[in-house]
Amino acid sequence: MIVNLGYTALLLALICSLYSIISARVYINNNKIQWVDSSRNAVLAVWFLLTLACLILVYLLTNEHFEIEYVASVSSRAMPWYLKATALWGGQAGSLLFWSWLMSSYTGIMMLRDWSNERDLQPYVITASMLTLAFFVSLNVFVENPFNVLWIDSFGNITSSMMRPDANLMFTPNDGAGLNPLLRHPGMIIHPPMLYLGFVGFVIPYSFAIGALAVGRTDGVWIRATRRWTLIAWLFLSLGLLLGGRWAYDVLGWGGYWGWDPVEIAAFMPWLTGTAFLHSVIIQEKHGMFKRWNMILIILTYALVIFGTFLTRSGVLSSVHAFAQSSIGPLFFIFITVTFTISLLLLFRGWESLASSKTLTSWLSREGMFLLNNLLFMGILVACFWGVIYPLISEIITGQKVTVGPPFYERTTGPQFAALLLLMGIVPLVAWRITTVNRIGHLIWKPTMISLLIPIISIISGIFNFAALLSLWLASLVFCVTIYEFYRGSIARSKSSGNSFFISLWQLISRNRRRYGGYIVHLGIVFMAVGIIGVEMFQTETQGTLAIEERMSLEDYSLVYKDLTEYPENDGRFVTKATLDVYKNNKLIGELEPRRDYYNISQQRMTIPDVYSTLEGDLYVLLIDWKPVGPQQATFKVYLNPLINWIWIGGFLFILGTLVATWPDQRDRHIITNNKSILQPF
Amino acid sequence: MEIKWVSKSILLVMLLTCITFNNITNVLAQDINPTDDEVNAISKQLYCPVCESIPLDACGTQACIQWRDTIRSKLSNGWSEEEIKQYFSDQYGIRVLAEPPADGFNTLLWYLPPSLFLIGALLVTRLLSNTKNKLHVQHETISNIDNANHYVERIEHDLKKWQ
Repeated sequence: MIVNLGYTALLLALICSLYSIISARVYINNNKIQWVDSSRNAVLAVWFLLTLACLILVYLLTNEHFEIEYVASVSSRAMPWYLKATALWGGQAGSLLFWSWLMSSYTGIMMLRDWSNERDLQPYVITASMLTLAFFVSLNVFVENPFNVLWIDSFGNITSSMMRPDANLMFTPNDGAGLNPLLRHPGMIIHPPMLYLGFVGFVIPYSFAIGALAVGRTDGVWIRATRRWTLIAWLFLSLGLLLGGRWAYDVLGWGGYWGWDPVEIAAFMPWLTGTAFLHSVIIQEKHGMFKRWNMILIILTYALVIFGTFLTRSGVLSSVHAFAQSSIGPLFFIFITVTFTISLLLLFRGWESLASSKTLTSWLSREGMFLLNNLLFMGILVACFWGVIYPLISEIITGQKVTVGPPFYERTTGPQFAALLLLMGIVPLVAWRITTVNRIGHLIWKPTMISLLIPIISIISGIFNFAALLSLWLASLVFCVTIYEFYRGSIARSKSSGNSFFISLWQLISRNRRRYGGYIVHLGIVFMAVGIIGVEMFQTETQGTLAIEERMSLEDYSLVYKDLTEYPENDGRFVTKATLDVYKNNKLIGELEPRRDYYNISQQRMTIPDVYSTLEGDLYVLLIDWKPVGPQQATFKVYLNPLINWIWIGGFLFILGTLVATWPDQRDRHIITNNKSILQPF
Repeated sequence: MEIKWVSKSILLVMLLTCITFNNITNVLAQDINPTDDEVNAISKQLYCPVCESIPLDACGTQACIQWRDTIRSKLSNGWSEEEIKQYFSDQYGIRVLAEPPADGFNTLLWYLPPSLFLIGALLVTRLLSNTKNKLHVQHETISNIDNANHYVERIEHDLKKWQ
């Protein structure tokens, strides 16, 4: 039976994972190369076995094998084939398997690289990464088996297991429960894979860091070896967060994209430490400083990745994104504690050796500014982490349940985000080692003067909110400084080479992708900041119950309720859809059709907005159920989200910048070749 | 007989008084007819204990609909925003509030992150002042950077290095 094949593949994957760890250990002891080769082959075998297990589960999902517990719980006949296939990550067991498969893909690709420069690290890298993988595979094998079969006894009791219990028959339901309606969205098809790719991607630099600690190499080879892995992981995590925001905006029906929900924050926290790490490693590469700090950051990132998965998968915290609850919570807790403790022990063992040969010379240096940047990221992390765990702590200590909602996070992190924007505006103009206030002033005054135009125009337009004016000025400062950096570099190159400005700009970016890719990311963040300022500070909303042909208004917009239709869809939904004419300044500009979907099997209701979208902002309309909805009257909630689309535009720019920074560069080979001689253990 | 008439009259007067006052109260109540937006303004600061991380104004469950009706009713009766929030807090605990009040144990929630940030900032400042004592500043770095033409050279140098 194909189910048995799937489970056997899982079991063998676990055995091969453990074998790869053991053979890596043997190599460490006897230094015989065949053992590390054998270990590498075992890693590749794990990838093959997990691929097989995933394919079998997808086959079962798409072919409606409802006798399988997992298939019956996340799939149904009415679902289109692509949703059936993506239900692979729609439930607990499947998503854990998918997590493991992605991680085995990373480790598999990692094993295929040239290890000649880092042979001594290889067994430790294999041990750290495969230990993580073995933990996740063991969850599938022992606790959350996606291949469990449904059985029924003579009393009608239904159970699930791999082996048939005595006096039981296989039970095949007529139909499955189907995927959670919240997950039936295009964003949800790619959001989880992106997020998982980001999460598991950070396991690679962590494994290298652990390897470096274990063998006592402090030369930064692990940083150079994992620079692209880190950027790729960061890229996917950023994409995952962005897509998650878009999904929330399109599906959750509350007019926003980010609700400071515990699971959202759980994905955001490794991004914070990952971003701090990306900045901090530049200092280590350039000047050999912050070695200890970089180790701390990558260990924290790894711990937060596991913690994030734990929060999402254990159901320990209430969340709109927690689609699974199970008994794996304590196992995760033990795993986090063990890995974190071992990592810290290794770090303390090599603490002295990790001391930097160079010291920080001044706050007014790029190193000093990067340190401030890291301090701010850590400040935001502390606020986020504290906000997430505080409800648990409060309940344990005082017995009192509390909700830590958006106001806490907005107040505690808002000033730090503003300070980060300010740093982004200053840092590109600050030299390495040391600079002077005069020098910074000389460079920054022109972009500052131009950036002041934005708050001035805002005041003339009638905006007097100090926080909004300050934030807009900071965003425009970063924009002007970044553009000024591109301009100065291109002009300098153009003058010296005689090429046109645009050719010089292209050469400038293509020959120092990391720096200018980073600047493009900064521009993306500026646009995103503009969108966030627009929504957070200028969002307006209204709600009203309208009869047919009745009108409601919000600022320049007005809506007229025209019609209501109700019909069943062939995917198991019953749709109630309202039609409204949209007017702007009394001129008809379009029609909106907000709707409510009722899923018969799961008895869940979804409020799907319809949006009139422009660069100026979104008119976001919801059909809500405060009163019975009908042709006679219906209740609508309307949001005006100014500038929100700049978040998504900024997101594209952000991704583009990361791709530019990640793209392979001749410089990397140059550095590695030049540094071969200095790769000596301490 | 007279007593009967008197008692009936008293009952009638009482009944009429009740009806009259009831009508007056209703009329007064109708004077305060809260809009959905007023109800939402309070609802978004509350979370019902059943729904997961969804503020009351955005939740479609029956329980939340009833809570919003309660808010409307309280507003109709002239209750203030704070009184309504206090009412829900008293009834269901402070977990219904979007932000726990900064008193008692909850003071920790609000003051720990900024305190830790300040400690971090102090540690970094101290680290810097320690290293400054050992510092041999390379002054030529500053003078070189201050050279207006150095930027062109720096970029060219950077670029040539990787060509």
